[in-house]
Amino acid sequence: MPIPSLHVLILSALLFAIGVIGVLLRRNLVVMFLCVELMLNAANLALIGFSQRLGLLDGQVVVFFVIVLAAAEAAVGLALVIALYRSRRTLDADQLNLMKY
Amino acid sequence: MNSLLLWIPLLPLLGFVLNGLFGRRLPKPLVHWIACGATGASFLLAAIVFQRFLNLPERLVQVVYFRWIESGDFVANFGLLLDPLSMVMALVVTGVGFLIHVYSIGYMWADDGYYRFFAYMNLFMFAMLMLVLADNYLLLFLGWEGVGLCSYLLIGFYFHKPSAAAAGKKAFIVNRIGDFGFVVGLVLLFVTFRTLDFRTLFAQVAALPVEAHYGVLTAITLLFFVGATGKSAQIPLYVWLPDAMEGPTPVSALIHAATMVTAGVYMVARSNPMYGRAPETLFWVGLVGALTAVFAATIGLFQRDIKRVLAYSTVSQLGYMFVALGVGAYATGIFHLMTHAFFKALLFLGSGSVILALHHEQDMQAMGGLRKYLPVTAATMWIGALAIAGVPPLAGFFSKDEILWHAFSGGARGHLVFFGLATLAAGLTAFYMFRLIFLTFHGRTRVPEDRRHHIHESPRPMTAVLAVLALLAAAGGFVGLPAWLGPNVLADFLQPVFAQLPSAEAAAHAPHDLAQELAVTGAAVLVGLLGIAAAWLAFVRRGALPDDEKRLGAAHRLVFNKYYIDELYDRAIVRPLAWISESWLWRIVDAGLIDGLVNGAGALAGALGDGARRVQNGLTRTYLGWVAVGAIGVGLYVLFLFG
Repeated sequence: MPIPSLHVLILSALLFAIGVIGVLLRRNLVVMFLCVELMLNAANLALIGFSQRLGLLDGQVVVFFVIVLAAAEAAVGLALVIALYRSRRTLDADQLNLMKY
Repeated sequence: MNSLLLWIPLLPLLGFVLNGLFGRRLPKPLVHWIACGATGASFLLAAIVFQRFLNLPERLVQVVYFRWIESGDFVANFGLLLDPLSMVMALVVTGVGFLIHVYSIGYMWADDGYYRFFAYMNLFMFAMLMLVLADNYLLLFLGWEGVGLCSYLLIGFYFHKPSAAAAGKKAFIVNRIGDFGFVVGLVLLFVTFRTLDFRTLFAQVAALPVEAHYGVLTAITLLFFVGATGKSAQIPLYVWLPDAMEGPTPVSALIHAATMVTAGVYMVARSNPMYGRAPETLFWVGLVGALTAVFAATIGLFQRDIKRVLAYSTVSQLGYMFVALGVGAYATGIFHLMTHAFFKALLFLGSGSVILALHHEQDMQAMGGLRKYLPVTAATMWIGALAIAGVPPLAGFFSKDEILWHAFSGGARGHLVFFGLATLAAGLTAFYMFRLIFLTFHGRTRVPEDRRHHIHESPRPMTAVLAVLALLAAAGGFVGLPAWLGPNVLADFLQPVFAQLPSAEAAAHAPHDLAQELAVTGAAVLVGLLGIAAAWLAFVRRGALPDDEKRLGAAHRLVFNKYYIDELYDRAIVRPLAWISESWLWRIVDAGLIDGLVNGAGALAGALGDGARRVQNGLTRTYLGWVAVGAIGVGLYVLFLFG
């Protein structure tokens, strides 16, 4: 008995919303980073839901690409976070405001 | 012939370029050799051209060198027109101009800016020759403005002197008022006839009838005459000419007596096919001329500055020329222009000789008895004064007599009034000229004792020029003999230019009453002699001096102060204009409105930018928030578009 598509989409939307809210409200860069990952995976879930619904594999293929990309992104992103912490001794996004008018 | 003609104006231009660019580094003799050489060669060329011109089957040469301006159906050529009128003018301008250039060698020798003076003089010669030789109104206007510019530059030659700088500005601005009328007239002319070329235009005009009332020709000619009143110093725009005496004396002689100020007379004479068909305008020309002749002559009566007397005399004589034009006697106007160029240049140069001998003293109160020290100057000035007073057989007698006769016998409206005023002016002229002569050269000298031995006759180039001009002033009148005495060579020569006129035809066929003409001549000579006799009684017999004239009281004060016309213009025009300019145009329109708009536009852009840059606060979360807002916006858009 397959899971109804609507349920999948609702869960995906909820996950995405949590991710967005997390990015906007949290100040720690690592947590914001995690929230971005959450949004990516919410998108993955929606793709899989459509794939199952339409009986096509295209969606699942795209998901693999996204996972690979997310891994690469995590490597670069975490390296940036570490470099940033070394120079500024903080990961509070509100303290990192040198690039302004 | 064609290329020779072009070189007449081009040679002085070449002299101007050489002296203007390199004159500062050239030795003084080379400077005046260039300048006098250029004008002298120009005169020689004019003489050669004249000789060939006389042998032409049809005495009319128009040469178009290139197309100057072309825009739509507006075309202006760079072309020269040689006909009897421009031939006479070119000869007078180059001839008198050359003599005055030579005179300037002596007069300006000790001056700084020697090269500057000669450069401007040559530029003036170029512009004046363009004015008289142009074959269309636009090119004439180029010369017209060119001579105005040179006049400004030369009046303000001693620009470190505030009065000279102010006089230059005054001349320029007053001329601008006249030129405004001229330009409007040019536009109206082009709109009406679609051409500015003299021959094409006059061929069209010849087909038109005489305008009984105000019509388009009357409007054009009146506007042109406004320009002429500015350039030729007639009421109400004459005020600049007396002030123009701030310039060096050769400038006064060349520009402000012999040539430039006669440009208005030339222009009216050149436009005779139009003026001849606009009797209303001619009436105004004659009236303004006659009034100016008397008005300026009365001011000349009490002036103490020797050059100012001559300046008002020039204004008065120009009025005389306009009287001639006003009664349709164009050839006579040009005749008087020519003789006036001779004797007025002579008188100015003679006064320059006096001024130089007295180390720039111009007040006649401090002169007297100079004929012992300056014999050549005194003799030549005497000839000039006799000529301007109209004593036969000198040049002024013939031309002045001819004007009076035409004013008397002409059929134009108001001609007897013009005749009366002109005769009165003749008497006044004789009086003030001999007042000048007696106060300067006769009686006991009033030069201070310690300065008397410094007085000596001017150097050879100057006295030679005076002698030549005296000869011309004495004999120049014989080219225009009255009908009862012989052929009028000048009028016959000029006849083709003025022939197509209805009024000229009428005048030619008018019965010639010899008795009347002789009576007019006798009256004119008598009036002149009376003026001389009155001057002799007052200034020789009774030995009056300018200081004694103050006893005449209010009348003297009024005339000596030039009827307070300058003050009137100052109160009525200059000050209100200055007030409006300062309190309105400057403080409100310029500083308030214009600056407000410009500065406001800048401030607005600044304020907008300042507001917009606040968005970029450097916080990642804010940027991400905008990304989210954008994403939601795009989502909603898609939803509404396809949902």
